[in-house]
Amino acid sequence: MKLLSLNRINRNYQYLLSVLIIGIVSTACYASSLIIGYRVVAYILLITVSLIAMVFDILPVLLAAILSALIWDFFFIPPHFTFQVSSAEDTILLFMYLVIAMVNAVLTYKIRRMEKEAILKEEKENTVKLYNTLLNSLSHELRTPIATIIAATDNLQAGNTRLTAQDKYELVAEIAKASFRLNQQVENLLNMSRLESGFIQPKNDWTDINEVVYDTVKRIEENKVTQKISININPEMPLFKIDKGMLEQVLYNVLNNACLYTPANTRVDIMAMSHADVMKIVIEDNGKGFPQDELKNVFDKFYRLRNTRTGGTGLGLSIVKGFTEAMGGRVQLENKQAGGARFVIEIPAETSYLKNLKNE
Amino acid sequence: MNKAGILIIDDEAQIQKLLAITLQSNDYAVSHATTAKEGLVMAASHPPDMIILDLGLPDENGHNVLQQLREWYTNPIIILSVQSNEEDIIKALDNGANDYLVKPFRTGELLARIRAALKKSNANDVSPVITNGNLQADLAQRIVKKNGEIVKLTATEYTLFALFVKNEGKVLTHHYLLREVWGPGFINQSQYLRVFIAQLRKKIEDDANHPEYIVTESGVGYRFLSKE
Repeated sequence: MKLLSLNRINRNYQYLLSVLIIGIVSTACYASSLIIGYRVVAYILLITVSLIAMVFDILPVLLAAILSALIWDFFFIPPHFTFQVSSAEDTILLFMYLVIAMVNAVLTYKIRRMEKEAILKEEKENTVKLYNTLLNSLSHELRTPIATIIAATDNLQAGNTRLTAQDKYELVAEIAKASFRLNQQVENLLNMSRLESGFIQPKNDWTDINEVVYDTVKRIEENKVTQKISININPEMPLFKIDKGMLEQVLYNVLNNACLYTPANTRVDIMAMSHADVMKIVIEDNGKGFPQDELKNVFDKFYRLRNTRTGGTGLGLSIVKGFTEAMGGRVQLENKQAGGARFVIEIPAETSYLKNLKNE
Repeated sequence: MNKAGILIIDDEAQIQKLLAITLQSNDYAVSHATTAKEGLVMAASHPPDMIILDLGLPDENGHNVLQQLREWYTNPIIILSVQSNEEDIIKALDNGANDYLVKPFRTGELLARIRAALKKSNANDVSPVITNGNLQADLAQRIVKKNGEIVKLTATEYTLFALFVKNEGKVLTHHYLLREVWGPGFINQSQYLRVFIAQLRKKIEDDANHPEYIVTESGVGYRFLSKE
């Protein structure tokens, strides 16, 4: 992939580079012409052209092939410094050199083009697969709450006299729960499409990390979670100039994930600290952690752990990664030795210690 | 007392209907318009006590409607906006909207905003002594008490606090607070605001980490709530 992108960027320099490489190799061969014979030089030049063919476009490669043949003829085949070739054997050799070098160039180019096509095809297939995963996951995630709302309202509208007040209360509660779930999913999708658009720009402003953490934890606790969340923030924490909304979303998604997928009464710890203009937030739990072989996939879009309970679109943690990286930071996930997962979010940002000055 | 009349300008039939039911059952008289043009005509012919304006209207940008209304209409205007569009909200507040609600909103929130905005327009001069929960403020003597004991506030903290008290229930944007307390040259110095809000909370809140008086309106500003 790296070679391919090199190829794309430097297309105009490829001619120059081809000439340069052939020039350098020829000079090196010429300098050692006392040790190696001119026929060995032909092999060395041929290898050079083959190597160029692996990286460059067809035209620069053909240029390299012809140039190297001319150089070989002019400098190496006796008589030197003339394009004349004295023996018939050398004439055949020169001709064969040209043919092999050019055929080599054309064949390598064709193979590479086929490879490129194969990659494109594979990418396309992957996109279709991703799209299907999205549709499956979405239709399930959206339909479940929609079905709940429709069924509950049907019940309420049917005027069934056997519905007790308690039943009615519960039906309305289900409608409310389903609506919040829908809202949450739509928010995830909007965030995902914000990220996918590639235009996401953090709106940085001075942010009190303490406030962000407490507010986010409060929002999580409003979902009536059974986990015990404890907060530990370094009191010397400066203000950071970061996108507060994005940071809130990152913390919310990590905490929400922890609360959805760890057993009841699991302890969740959130710690915030700073060192050298880097804000660091660690969120860990003492649940079961992630399967070791799936750790690296957790942040992938639509990725859901095998054997996991239904619900969730596999978007939450990919948004965590996307937003953190959009803010110029990084997020890491590991399993703790004692069991449980540990997320480490680090974001470099401008700091202000105004907070610690005794003002006025 | 006559029922307060509220004009709803929103093109979504479902939102219209829900707002109408909610407001009528809370003793407000409701009228509605579904386009900007209709809304402007209705507001001009029978000026309501309050307007609820959706920013996304079919025929005209809600911001334009707001500006046109503000040329002559002085009663409160509450803006309805779609989710997480903070710039839109700030722009509307700067253009004279009194408050905002983000769809989807909770009924309780809606009613609280309406009450706060109407109360504000009724009582223009605030009485100098204000009691709110365990807080007592005497704006004439510049004294603030918590649980009957005097809270020592610095001059800046007091200015900020008094501004909040006078605008109870109303959202105050970062720029507004910075301009009012520190001056126009400071509207981008939000770190001052963060620091002083944190300090003020430590002095007046029971738990500064779970504020009940000065609540954060994410990306927009702060709101001083009444604790009853």
